[in-house]
Amino acid sequence: MLSVRNLTCSRGGLPVLEGLSLSLAAGQALVLRGPNGSGKTTLLRTIAGLQPADAGEIVHDEDTLAYAGHLDGVKAVLSVAENLTFWAGLHGQGSIAAAVADFDLAGLEDRAAQHLSAGQRRRLGLARLAVTGRPLWVLDEPTVSLDTASVARFAAAVGGHLRGGGAVLVATHVDLGFDAETLDVTRFRARSLPAHFGEAF
Amino acid sequence: MRRLFLRDLTLAIRAGGGFGLSLAFFLIVAVLVPFGVGSDTALLRDIAPGVLWVAALLACLLSLDRIFALDHEDGSLELLATAPLPLEGAVAAKAMAHWVTTGLPLAVAAPLLGVLLNLAPQAFGWLFLSLMIGTPALSLIGAFGGALTVGLRRGGLLLSLLVLPLYIPTLIFGAEVVRRGAAAEPVASVLSLLAAVTLGSAAILPFAAAAVLRVNLK
Repeated sequence: MLSVRNLTCSRGGLPVLEGLSLSLAAGQALVLRGPNGSGKTTLLRTIAGLQPADAGEIVHDEDTLAYAGHLDGVKAVLSVAENLTFWAGLHGQGSIAAAVADFDLAGLEDRAAQHLSAGQRRRLGLARLAVTGRPLWVLDEPTVSLDTASVARFAAAVGGHLRGGGAVLVATHVDLGFDAETLDVTRFRARSLPAHFGEAF
Repeated sequence: MRRLFLRDLTLAIRAGGGFGLSLAFFLIVAVLVPFGVGSDTALLRDIAPGVLWVAALLACLLSLDRIFALDHEDGSLELLATAPLPLEGAVAAKAMAHWVTTGLPLAVAAPLLGVLLNLAPQAFGWLFLSLMIGTPALSLIGAFGGALTVGLRRGGLLLSLLVLPLYIPTLIFGAEVVRRGAAAEPVASVLSLLAAVTLGSAAILPFAAAAVLRVNLK
């Protein structure tokens, strides 16, 4: 479903990871580990296509990837249902009922997102993944501001997604409680700066 | 594209969306000018086309930084970039929504304000028409400027500096349409130039803005 070969990616002009390869099949989850600043976010953004790779290749089928970053993309003045319906419609999907149930948002549908708690807001942001209908989830620290029960619920939702033939690539510091392989990105920390670095400036 | 357009309209109309802000600004500028210039009705009649067009242009400028900055702040822009809708389409939808919430109300309100500035009666129709044709270019150019400044903190001022020079052709042709209309001269050539600026902007700027957004999202 996702195949990354010999990838080099950089942030702010400095390479942070190099020679990184990974692959992900349907039904598989991969957890990225590494201390702050080790390049997890950069890697995920590169895979999501938000920034170009310096070298190497990223292969996945078109329109299969759903990305969730540090920000939720939630509109404060729209209600929970309006937020989800927008993203569902944009991805050509219809119903938001399953996502509302999976992420424990029932009863909050008509509430404006600005009146949600941080955790509820985060759940709304994650529920967006489910309404995109896309199989490959690329998640950056999805459990920030979630309580223990919500983390468990999120893990259950991810489990359901995996059983349904989806795949999940996630960067996290906490134990999410579902079966997943682990990849420590510090092994791929970039050692070399490009030869021309420092000349142009 | 329709969904993004409708969402932006909803956001503009909801609390804090800024709908009506541009219109109120337009109204106030048009009301202030006679106070500043004096009650010389002949003078007001002469400057009315230019004043109304400059006021409309500045009113349009007020809400430009909302086109992309808000979506960038809450992360929606990144998610839009990974959505099936091409970024070019997203830019076009957002520029269109901006026009419907600013340019269109300005065009509708302008003839009323023409009364305050003693605009020649035969020019009212041309004022409405020139604003209807010209203001979409203001939204499109503004969307391009908004895309350029999207990652910057307090990019609003820079946005104004970038965008205002690009507004000059629309301003010249738009005000000229109204002036010729008031003087009962033929307007077809100027009107077609005004339309050409808008159509050219619509053809090129969504692509330019999308390219700039991709760079700025990195």
